Amino acid sequence: MKNNWPLWEVFVRSKNGLEHRHFGSLHAADAEMALENARDVYTRRNEGVSIWVVESKHITASNPENSGELFEPAQDKVYRHPTFYTLPDEVKHM
Amino acid sequence: MSEKEVKNIRTEGTRSLEEIFEQRIARDEKIEPKDWMPEKYRQTHIRQISQHAHSEIVGMLPEGNWITRAPSLRRKVALLAKVQDEAGHGLYLYSACETLGISRDELYEQLHTGKAKYSSIFNYPTITWADIGAIGWLVDGAAIINQVPLCSTSYGPYARAMVRVCKEESFHQRQGYEIMTKLANGTSEQKEMAQDALNRWWWPSLMMLGPTDAESVHTEQSMKWKLKRKTNDELRQQFIDQTVPQADLIGLTIPDPDLKWNEETGHYDFGEIDWDEFWQVVKGHGPCNKERLSARVNAWEEGEWVRDAAMAYAKKQEDKKLKKAI
Repeated sequence: MKNNWPLWEVFVRSKNGLEHRHFGSLHAADAEMALENARDVYTRRNEGVSIWVVESKHITASNPENSGELFEPAQDKVYRHPTFYTLPDEVKHM
Repeated sequence: MSEKEVKNIRTEGTRSLEEIFEQRIARDEKIEPKDWMPEKYRQTHIRQISQHAHSEIVGMLPEGNWITRAPSLRRKVALLAKVQDEAGHGLYLYSACETLGISRDELYEQLHTGKAKYSSIFNYPTITWADIGAIGWLVDGAAIINQVPLCSTSYGPYARAMVRVCKEESFHQRQGYEIMTKLANGTSEQKEMAQDALNRWWWPSLMMLGPTDAESVHTEQSMKWKLKRKTNDELRQQFIDQTVPQADLIGLTIPDPDLKWNEETGHYDFGEIDWDEFWQVVKGHGPCNKERLSARVNAWEEGEWVRDAAMAYAKKQEDKKLKKAI
């Protein structure tokens, strides 16, 4: 159990114009190897044009237990949505 | 508060968490790695996902046996790509499993010590080229039937891995059936070889879909968690109904004298499965159990220096970068 290769998260842009999306993870000794392995594991069938890898330990994730205080404040702010505002019926496109 | 009172609150608290959890699953919500989950859910998923990953990895061995002896370049590139896919599928699944808080090393350890199981079908030998056809057609065929429902299982990382696996799997089955079709239409020796492979792989493929519902200890809980969406017997019937016409089409005979179409049920009736054989193989007494496991253990142990060297190199590069920065 020594010298374990660290875990990396893999993000792939499937084509230009789209954002990178999380595809999965893998183990690799360094960033270069992580990229090469990501190519072999996640893009064997032209699934991507660009790959990002980042060591998993560098990702800070929100805790689902705190979802309440994080996300609930947005729920009662209906005025942030266009449907909150009334328009005269005559206005067709706005 | 007395200790007893504290305990009561805790049990109540746990119960409600569990209730909330079960309701989420009932609503078809996905469970993600950091969400609260019952310990049994976590353990059951580690068991099933790792077993699945191990099966992909061990599954490379019987087919790898024929890569160097594939009869043409076309067959060789296809088989190589298929075996590489299986490595990929194993890796998708291992990384899904690791999100449940178990390390890759622990998973390998469980495989290498025999604590974790893999699909018993891979403990049968591949003695002729036709076996490669039979594996693709039957074993991958049965695997697809097993896996498609898992694309909508409740655990997010597992479901996402399965979507990718299923997308890639259909070429595996087609390449196998193509091999069988070609052999079945070939010389009489070739046809015999195809029939012989079907004879040997048919029953193990039926067993691969798991013990009968009456014998399956995990089915009920797994259905509730949507870790299973159809029972073993339902999956097996689906496999038979779909495969028999494919055998007819290429003039091969399913090795089951009791097999016949049942007009009333709209399904094929089939003969008794030799479950003693299944349990023997599961318990480690199949034709290749020892060979498969020792091949995995050797690959791991003999690869240790490579893993160490890669880490040493990575560290050296990192140190160099640091020195330059100073």
